[in-house]
This record gives sequence, C-alpha cells and structure tokens, in this order.
Amino acid sequence: MRLGTLTYSYPDNSGHFGPYGGIYMAETLIPAVEELRREYLRFRDDPDFQAEFAYELQHYVGRPSPIYHAARLSEHLGGAQIYLKREDLNHTGAHKINNAIGQALLAKRMGKKRVIAETGAGMHGVATATVAARFGMECIVYMGADDIQRQAPNVFRMKLLGATVVPVESGSRTLKDACNEAIRDWVTNVESTFYIFGTAAGPHPYPMMVRDFQCVIGNEAKVQMPELIGRQPDTVIACVGGGSNAIGLFHPYIEVDGVRIIGVEAGGHGVASGRHAAPLTGGAKVGVLHGNKVYLMQDADGQIIETHSISAGLDYPGVGPEHCLLKDLGRAEYVVATDEEALAAFDSLCRFEGIIPALESSHALAHAIKIAPTMGRDKVLLVNLSGRGDKDMNTVARLKGITL
Amino acid sequence: MNRIQTTFDNLKQQDRKALIPFITAGDPSLDKTVPLMHALVAAGADVIELGVPFSDPMADGPTIQRASERALKNGMSLRGVLAMVAEFRQTDGTTPVVLMGYGNPIEAMGWEPFAERCAEVGVDGVLTVDFPPEESAEAFEHLQRHDIAPIFLLAPTTDEARIERVARLARGYVYYVSLKGVTGAGHLDLAAIADKMPQLRRHIHLPIGVGFGIRDGDTARQVADLADAVVIGSRIVQEIENSTAGTVVDNVQQFVAGVRAALDRRTQA
Ligand SMILES: Cc1ncc(COP(=O)(O)O)c(C=O)c1O
Repeated sequence: MRLGTLTYSYPDNSGHFGPYGGIYMAETLIPAVEELRREYLRFRDDPDFQAEFAYELQHYVGRPSPIYHAARLSEHLGGAQIYLKREDLNHTGAHKINNAIGQALLAKRMGKKRVIAETGAGMHGVATATVAARFGMECIVYMGADDIQRQAPNVFRMKLLGATVVPVESGSRTLKDACNEAIRDWVTNVESTFYIFGTAAGPHPYPMMVRDFQCVIGNEAKVQMPELIGRQPDTVIACVGGGSNAIGLFHPYIEVDGVRIIGVEAGGHGVASGRHAAPLTGGAKVGVLHGNKVYLMQDADGQIIETHSISAGLDYPGVGPEHCLLKDLGRAEYVVATDEEALAAFDSLCRFEGIIPALESSHALAHAIKIAPTMGRDKVLLVNLSGRGDKDMNTVARLKGITL
Repeated sequence: MNRIQTTFDNLKQQDRKALIPFITAGDPSLDKTVPLMHALVAAGADVIELGVPFSDPMADGPTIQRASERALKNGMSLRGVLAMVAEFRQTDGTTPVVLMGYGNPIEAMGWEPFAERCAEVGVDGVLTVDFPPEESAEAFEHLQRHDIAPIFLLAPTTDEARIERVARLARGYVYYVSLKGVTGAGHLDLAAIADKMPQLRRHIHLPIGVGFGIRDGDTARQVADLADAVVIGSRIVQEIENSTAGTVVDNVQQFVAGVRAALDRRTQA
C-alpha cells in the first residue's frame, strides 16, 4: 500500500505499528500468542480457510451488508448526503460477528474446544456465544457488573445461546475489567482455551487479525459505493471503542487518495469534564495495557483511570495500536461526540429513517450530522452503522425517564 | 557488587536456600510497609519483593488484586514506593529489594528517571510482569546502566528457545512461575517442577526462584529441594488481610519465621 511516498504496511513482524502495539503479556501467555500468530499466518493464506470464512459470512452472517442512502435525514440536514454501511443488519446485530466467526474458524482448526471472550456492550459476547453454539464449543463470557446492568437483554441472549456469563466486580466493573478477568482465565487454561478477543487491540496478532476479519466492511464498501454513486465517498466515518469496526472500514481506504477518514471517540460529558472515553482526542499519554502500547487514559502515576460513556462498547481507556499510528501519521482524524450528541443522533435516525442504531454507532452518526450541513449537497459521507440499538432500550428509556 | 549476588553467594556457602517474601507496598497502610520490610528481614527473608500496585493487575488472583486496591486507595504510587525503599535503606544496607509490578507506572515515569532513582534509593532488581524479553530492550538498557537487575519470569509454557533468550538477558535471579494461572491459584505440582528444572538449569546459570502456590513451611521446604529460592506472595498478603493494624507486623513476622525454620530444618537434615 502506498501513502504519499511511504509504503503503508503494518504491523511489522514483531507486531508493532510504528511505536505502538507489541506483545506486552505475562510470560505464561507469550507462547500462546506466538502459536496464535503462527497459526493465523498459516491459515490467512489458506484458500480452504478463506473459502469457509467467505461462506460463513455470506450464509450465516448475511453478507454483504447493504449500503443505504439516508435520504430523508440528509435532506433535513441540508448538506452532504449520508450513506450508512448497514452492519446492524448482520446476524446478531453488529459488526462483531465478522471477527467472531473468523476467530472461531481458527479455534476449530487449532483444536480448541473452549472459547472465552470479554464484552462491554454485550455485542461481542453475543457474537462469541453465537459462533460457539454454531461450532459446538464451550463458551465463557466475562462482563463488567455495571455493563450487565445496562445491557441486560444481551446477557439473556448469551445465556439462551448456552454461554456462561461471568460478572466482573473488580475495578471500574466495565470493559477493561472484563478484559483483565478474561486474561486471567486464559493464563489459567491456556492449553485448552482460545481467547476470542473482540476488538482490534491487545497483543499481536490480535490487532492485525481482527482488522483483517473486519476489513470485509471496507472492502465491500469500496465495491458498493461506485455502484451506488459512481465513485468513492468523500469521507468515511466510524465510532472508535477499541477500534475494530472503524479499522475494518478505514483500512481498505488508507491508500485511496482523497478519502477523508474520521474516527469518533466517546466524548461522555465532554472532553473538558474529564469524564469521557477518548484517549486519542483527550490528550492521553502513551502507555501499556492489555498486551499493547497505545494512547491510554491514565493518571500521572500510570494508573488507568475510569472512563465514562453512555455506550458500554466505547467505555474503554485505550484504543487499538493502528488507530494510534494513523493519528500520528495524520492519515485519519479523530474527534469526539458527547453522550448528548450521540443520543440526539440516535433519535434522529429513529425518526427520519426508521432505523434504531446502537448507541456506539450513534457517535459516528452524531459527527456526520454535525458536519453534513457544512458541506455541499454533492458531498458524500459514508457512516459505519456498526450495530442496532435493541440492546440499548433500557438505557435510552431510563435517560428519557421511562420505566419499561 | 550487587546485593542480590552477594546474598546468593553467601547462602550458597552456607548451603541454605533463599526465602523471598512478597508484599504490596502501601498495604495494609502506608505507614506499615517499612516496618513490615524490617519484620520480614528479622524473620529470615533473604530478598524482599516489593509489589508496586497497579490499577489493572491482570496476572494476579483476587488476594493480590485486593492488596493493590487497598494500596492505591491509600495513595500509594511508584514514587511513593521508591521513597519507602529509601527509608528502609536507612537501617538496612544489605537486604536486596526487588520491585515487582506492571510496566505502565514505570512507562509513565520514564525508564531512565526510574532506573536512576532506583539506584539512588537502593533498589536492586525490577520485575515487570507484562514486559517479556521481546518488549524489554529499552527497559533493559536503562536498568543495566544503573546496575539494576532485570528479573524475568519463566513459566511451564516457556520452551527451550525462550529459556535461552531469557538466560542471556536476566540478571540477579530468575523467577520460575510454577503453575499456569494467576498468583494465589491452585496447588503445587512438585513433579512438574522437578521435570522442568534440568531444562532451566541447562541454560540459566543464575539462581532460580520458584513461586506461585507456596503456602507454608512444608511446601516451601519441598520446593527448596528443587530450587535456589522460594517465593511466597499471596499467603503473606492473606496474613496481612486477616490482621489488624496492631497485629499485622507481628503476625507476618511469625508466619515468615515459621517458613524460615522449615527451610533451615532442610539444611540440617
Ligand atoms: C455496535 C458496536 N459498535 C462499536 C463497538 C465498539 O467496538 P469497536 O471500536 O471495536 O468497533 C461496539 C462494542 O461493543 C459495538 O457493540
């Protein structure tokens, strides 16, 4: 890939994206991530593996996901045309299944019968529980106790699918603590267990592997957009938690000249308030957590600080290493949408388009809604609608003062 | 010469095994850490592993997680830990102190200022659980410059090539984690340790300590038959957790002295 005069090809062999990434893990797990890297690289180029992955994406997930012109919303805003990449229409309701299927196929080939996962919003947990049922694997999902409260419908879905959901009471009782607990499980059961990690972060090879599995989003879009409008979009926009739906859309566009790339972090109560989950936008320093070196929200002593977002899936103090690099290179821009802006975008999509988006995806949409009116009607914004909002009914109802 | 090496040389001459207790700095309170360190020495500790608390202790079980949480709540920080070592050194110039924790607090401080300060206050070794040899080049350089030993972990899953690699980088001693799992977990598999030792010894010419799963004098003595040093962590932290402010120093000293006695019975037998 070419970026200006540079060739864009990351990570390097040791799993680094420039200064970011790596394999910062306890010794017990290093052989496991090494094995995973070897096996992944072997199967990545294996036509049988690729064929099976493509089959599952088509017949089980329901791909390709369509791109939809949000014409009424665009008309209302009076500027750029907003198009939505409909990952919400995937089986299980979010982009997370693309990656979960890929990793489950790898687990199957590696002979692992037990899979574990961390989850925040519960979408990755549901996706993992789903593929575990699909392939006959035991499934344990770690989830912060607070997230279990705010994403109750997903907890029930995971249980219906036969997974064991383990509440995590330590720390901030959200996604990062669920990660800690999943890592503890993996250290203990490393030989029998495959850790299906849910975002494009963690130790190498996860950021690369999750990105590769999610790139189906951007690869499809690159074919679909010319079919729809005769050209590529002017700007692609996605929300960034750990960064998997975003990198899946962005990566195929890195080399495409003239396409602006914007990642939207969770602004919470606003970056100035300190109550947010925006390491890239909020001026966080670089640090090490969960196996990789990335921009990380921390205090002066290097302790990880508690984050806040209305959306459990974005409520995480770090971000994947490739986004850190894209920010430094200036190839992608990172901005925030606050809780309030995300909620307003949520309402707008419901009312103007009859689509209930996930609160995570609502952040990406919020930014599109912000910039569309400043652009000409001939401009095109492609927003990754990473998931549907069914899981967020309780949260939104509570915020509106309604008891369900 | 480095205090760690002097200590192990002396022990070897006496045909004794090293006892390495672990406590988390700032647990149960800021003012108890230095008295606890002295009590450990009085009870017969040869090296002290002093835990630097971290908000996300991924490699630790519930016991040490709670110790970390207590310490952070008490306001413990990396700089605070270093100050405690300085205070300890005012009256103890010989017992090696190894800081054990996660890399991020050090990353935040910067490796060079950290290593410099370690040398200043009298830290002898540093073990960062989540920095494997692959990611330790920078850390290693700064620690070496100030003659601070980088202490590495080896695990049952570590293969021969990695043992060799660690052997080249490690200084002081090497810490073999005797079971797959987090700290405080499970029971000890002595046969598995015995199986692994020859492979470790083939490449590692430093003293080898074994930790994880050692709970009392008996298990300590059995491990000492196989290794050069015995590391006890969670069991001591439990002792701290179950004590009051008035009894904690005595209780910990008594417990560690009991382990020491068991270890020394081994030499006499
Ligand atoms: C619908 C949806 N979008 C986005 C995210 C954020 O994750 P990522 O940044 O990895 O895409 C989540 C995570 O739970 C999600 O459920």
